[in-house]
Amino acid sequence: MTSAAPQTGLAVRGKSVSWLGKRLAASLLTLVLITMLVFAATRLLPGDMALMILGKDATAESLAALRAQLHLEDPLWRQYTAWIAGVATGDLGYSVISRVEVAALLTPRLQATLSLIVLSLAVSVPLALVLGFATARREGSVGDKLVLFGSVAINALPEFVLGMLLVILLSTNIWHLFPAVSSLSPGQPVLHQLDKLVLPGLCLVLLQVTYLYRLVRAAVIDVMTSEYFHFARLKGLPEGLILRRHVLPNAIVPAVIAIGTIFAYSVGGMVVVETVFSYPGIGSALTQAVGTRDLPVVQAAVLIIAVIFLISNLVTDALAHSITPPGKGGQK
Amino acid sequence: MRLLRNPSLVAGFVMVGGVVALAAMGPLLAPHSPSAIIDAPYMPTGPRTLLGSDNLGRDVLSRFLWGGANLVWMAFGATFIALTLGAAVGISAAYFKGWTDEVLMRVVDLKMAFPSLVFVLLFVTMLGTSLPLLVLLCGLSLMPGAARVLRGAALAVVDKDFVQWARSVELPAHRILFREILPNITSPLLVETGLRLMWSISLLAGLSYLGYGIQPPTSDWGLMIYENRNALRVQPLAVVCPILAIAVFAIGGNLIAEGFARAFRQTR
Repeated sequence: MTSAAPQTGLAVRGKSVSWLGKRLAASLLTLVLITMLVFAATRLLPGDMALMILGKDATAESLAALRAQLHLEDPLWRQYTAWIAGVATGDLGYSVISRVEVAALLTPRLQATLSLIVLSLAVSVPLALVLGFATARREGSVGDKLVLFGSVAINALPEFVLGMLLVILLSTNIWHLFPAVSSLSPGQPVLHQLDKLVLPGLCLVLLQVTYLYRLVRAAVIDVMTSEYFHFARLKGLPEGLILRRHVLPNAIVPAVIAIGTIFAYSVGGMVVVETVFSYPGIGSALTQAVGTRDLPVVQAAVLIIAVIFLISNLVTDALAHSITPPGKGGQK
Repeated sequence: MRLLRNPSLVAGFVMVGGVVALAAMGPLLAPHSPSAIIDAPYMPTGPRTLLGSDNLGRDVLSRFLWGGANLVWMAFGATFIALTLGAAVGISAAYFKGWTDEVLMRVVDLKMAFPSLVFVLLFVTMLGTSLPLLVLLCGLSLMPGAARVLRGAALAVVDKDFVQWARSVELPAHRILFREILPNITSPLLVETGLRLMWSISLLAGLSYLGYGIQPPTSDWGLMIYENRNALRVQPLAVVCPILAIAVFAIGGNLIAEGFARAFRQTR
C-alpha cells in the first residue's frame, strides 16, 4: 500500500506533464499556422497592395517607395520570415495611414481592451455565482424560468443589438444616465474614467453573466441532487456549513474552468462592442483599420486577438484538466 | 407531432418564419421605394410616412420592409455552407481516423483560434464586400464549430455493427458517410442548424452595422441601425424596428436549437 501510493501519484503527474507537453506543442503548431494564415491572407490574395493602399491616383514613385517599404518585391518566404522576425521582437511595422509604429499604436488599445475585460469579469464572476445559487435553489420557479429565458435571449442577440438596446435604455430615450460614447481622454489612466466604461462594461457583463450563471446553476443543481448532499442534510449539518463545504467548491469549478472561454468570448465580442461605444480598444482599432485598408495594423490586431484567444483556450484546457476529478473524465 | 408540444421549438419556428415572411413579403407591401427621398430627414410620423423618415429623408417603413431580404437569404446561405462542409469534415474525420482526422482537426483548430468576426474581417479587408463572398466567408468561419460537434457525434456511430458491415462489403466511402452515418447524427445536426443560423444572423447583421456587409444605399436592418443611431431621440423607430426584427430572428434561431436539444434529450 505505502509503496504503491507515491508511484501512482508520480504516474499521474507524469501523464499530466506529457499531456501538457502535447497540448503546448499543438498550440505552438497552431500559432505558427495562425501567423501563416494572417500573412497569406494579406499577401497572397489578388490585388497590388501598394495600389490598394495609395489608391488609383498614386504616382509611380510613391508606389515604388511603398512597395520597398513593405518589402513587396522580395520573394514570399523572405517577406514572411522578415515579418515573423519583426513580430518576435515586437516590431510590427508602421501604420500606412498614420505613419506611427503599429506597436505604439496598439499597446494603449490593447491595455484599454484588457482592462475593460478584467473589470467586467470582476463584476460578472461574483454576480454569476450569486445568481446561479439563487436560481438553482428555486429551480423551476417562475423567477428561475424568467432569468433563464432572459439569459438565453440576451446570449442570442448580436452584440451590437445588445449595445444599442443599452444606449436606448440608459443613455438616450428612457433614462439619461451614462454617456453613450466612451472616447477616453488620452493620457489618463482608464481607471480614472469609470463613467465612460459603464455602458461597454455593462454590455460585456451581460454577455458574460448570462453564460456563466447557467454553468453555476447547473453545477449547484447537480450537487443538490447528489447523495452526499442529502447525507450531509440527514446528518443534520447546518445549512450554511453544507453550502460552504459541499455546494460552493463544486459550483466554483465550472465557473473557474469557463473563465478562459469567457475571456476568449469577450475578446471576440469586444470587436463590435468597442465600435458601438467608440471605445478605443484593439477591436475598434481593427474595424477602423479594415476600413482604411491599413494592412500592417489589420495584421497585427488580428494576430494579437488570435494569440489571446489561443492562450485563453490553452488555460481553459489546462484548468479543466487539472481540476476535473478522474471519475468525471479528468486525468485517469 | 410530439414536436408540436415542444414550446421552444414552436416559438422558434414561429419567430424565424415570421421574420422570413416579413422579409419576403415586405417589398410587396412597401408604400414607397426604399431609396426615394420623400421628406425632410428625421421627421416623425406624418401623412405620407407611417413611421417617419430616416437620416436622408427616406420612408422608414419602406426601408424596414425592404431591409430583411438580404439578411435572410444570406443567413440561411451561410448556415447551409457551414453545415454541409461541417458535416462533410466532421464525419470524414471520424470515419477515416488517423492522419485524415489529424489534418482536418488541425485546420478546425486553426480557425477556432479566431473570433468569427475577426476571421471574416481579415479577408474582407483584401477581397471587398460582395454579398456572395460574405456568405461564403461567414459559412466558412462557422463551419469548424459544426465540424467538431458532428465529429464527436459520428465517433459514437462509426464503430457500430452496421457501419462495420457496410465497410466489409466494400460500399463506397461516400455512401457509408452520407447514407449510413449521416442519418444517425440528425439530432446534433438539427441542433447545430439552429445555432449556426443564430450566429450567421449575428455575424452578417454585425458586419452590416460595421459598414463591411451590405453597402448603402441598399436597405438593410443592420445598416439602418448604423445610419440612424445618432438620432435616437428624434427618430427612435428607425433604430428600434430593425433591432426588434434582428432580435426576433436571432432568438428564434436559438429557440429552435434549444427545442431540438430538449426533444432529443427526452427521447434518449
